Amino acid sequence: MKRSRFVTVMMVAGFLFLYLPIVLMIVFSFNESRLVTVWGGFSTKWYGELMRNEQVLGAAWLSFKIAAMNATGATILGTITGLALARFGRFRGRPLLTGLATAPLVMPEVITGLSLLLLFVAMEQLIGWPEGRGVTTITIAHMTFSMAYVTVVVQSRLATLDESLEEAAMDLGARPAKVFFLITMPIILPAICAGWLLAFTLSWDDLVITSFVTGPGSSTLPVVIFSKMRLGVSPDINALATILVLVVATFTALFGIWMQRQQKRRDLDMQRAIATNE
Amino acid sequence: MQGGGPRGKPFLLGELLAWIRAHGPWRWASAELSARGYSGRTLVTAVPYLWLLLFFLVPFLIVLKISVSEIRLAMPPYEPLFTWISDNVVGLRINFENYAFLLKDSLYWKSFLNSISTAAISTVICLLIGYPMAYGIARSPAGWRNLLLLLVMLPFWTSFLLRVYAWIGILKNNGVINNVLMALGIVDEPIVMLQTNFAMYIGIVYSYLPFMVLPLYTAVEKLDNSLLEAAADLGCRPVKAFFRITVPLTKAGIIAGCMLVFIPAVGEFVIPALLGGPDALMIGRVLWEEFFNNRDWPVASAVAIVMLFVLVIPIMIYQRSQGQQLGAHR
Repeated sequence: MKRSRFVTVMMVAGFLFLYLPIVLMIVFSFNESRLVTVWGGFSTKWYGELMRNEQVLGAAWLSFKIAAMNATGATILGTITGLALARFGRFRGRPLLTGLATAPLVMPEVITGLSLLLLFVAMEQLIGWPEGRGVTTITIAHMTFSMAYVTVVVQSRLATLDESLEEAAMDLGARPAKVFFLITMPIILPAICAGWLLAFTLSWDDLVITSFVTGPGSSTLPVVIFSKMRLGVSPDINALATILVLVVATFTALFGIWMQRQQKRRDLDMQRAIATNE
Repeated sequence: MQGGGPRGKPFLLGELLAWIRAHGPWRWASAELSARGYSGRTLVTAVPYLWLLLFFLVPFLIVLKISVSEIRLAMPPYEPLFTWISDNVVGLRINFENYAFLLKDSLYWKSFLNSISTAAISTVICLLIGYPMAYGIARSPAGWRNLLLLLVMLPFWTSFLLRVYAWIGILKNNGVINNVLMALGIVDEPIVMLQTNFAMYIGIVYSYLPFMVLPLYTAVEKLDNSLLEAAADLGCRPVKAFFRITVPLTKAGIIAGCMLVFIPAVGEFVIPALLGGPDALMIGRVLWEEFFNNRDWPVASAVAIVMLFVLVIPIMIYQRSQGQQLGAHR
């Protein structure tokens, strides 16, 4: 069925709407003028200024550490949850787990942030942990909401997969843990990696929840950017945005290509396996 | 497949597991636990389960508790709910003042209504823009589809904050739009767009559009074309066929997309704070200010509980549609 002209025009307009602001932001990061949107000639001086900004660099490093820890933890928790929901059949408490695992996806961030902070405060009163707020509380908070995304990614990948390979391994006497590490995990590895990257960017990006659960001295990059933004637009934020967008675009593109290759190879392997059996 | 062969990682992990199983307390513990009726599955599932209970469910109970506490000038700034009156008697003080306060002060219910209507209008605009996009992508040549889909997802992977920021440069008084309009001589004075409701709608639609397109695409892609062809053969006009066939069959995607936009948009803080005017009363912003500026934790908690109450039905609708979509694959 062919696309009508109306649909094509709307689609192109939609993509322009999505990308024009980003393109303009990149263009103006090379603007000599401090006025940001009034062109004053080509310059890379804002990039140099950014590289000398200790506050921004420190915040970026802190954000990177938290994002990496969060992504690893969230991937482990999310993969288990996805596996449980997709493969363990009906078990006691499954409906509650489904609810708990998908609610953070849509829960407004102000609610999640406030409730986690109140939990941390109450826990500190009761058991003395976590002591104050900072990297630990931010990482726990991020893991809680980003594991939901990993769960969805892993669960939907498992839902499209045939269980017969896993069942065959079980029939041949492999124990569940062995089946997971030898069969299931290699097959869903692209989904697990996608989940890790997603959890990383969610954490790297988060402002609202972090603002609630952060403490003195641990300002992540979004917190620093937000406080700069409230003072108005400034060209070095454009430069920072450009770097971030280009890095993410490159990684996403590379990962997309890798995942497609991986997918093709698996499909081919499967076909071959079926062909040799027949 | 003895040991996993050339694939490095599974092989190593398999060996490691075998070693742990052969040695150490793992074996003893597993025997002990299975004797008590706990399987490995139960134990593995228990980890994320307990995590979510502790860090997602329990916090809501604490918010509920603090929303009925009294404010005090100390850290933490609320009175304890339970007090030991004597050795065996526990005093319980529940205080509904905070909720009464929300009802009395028109600021709160006005911002609730405003948030809901802003989120609803933004959702409709997202649907109107997102549906043709999703439809167009699904009807593109197979080779293009993945690229276009990646292009929809890419902004989602880049910073939300910076994408909102990009619009400040476009909408402000000496921003891109006004510069172009004034250079063309269409307007003499810059049009005030930043810090208006218009800017807020643009920000919400722009930020949440990918969330609308992705579930819609999944639904449209699964659509059976022969149904539309049959309708056309029987003389059904395309517009009618669209509303009688395409829309009902992609209902799951429409619901999922709308909920993914509507629910977070109701509690949105960043967009109203950066793009909306000072009078843009959004409940997420009210909660933020109550908490950070007024340091009134009990009232902020009460706002959160009421917001949750408002959103419970949309969240349940979303979870049902999500379950159906995941179930449909099998």
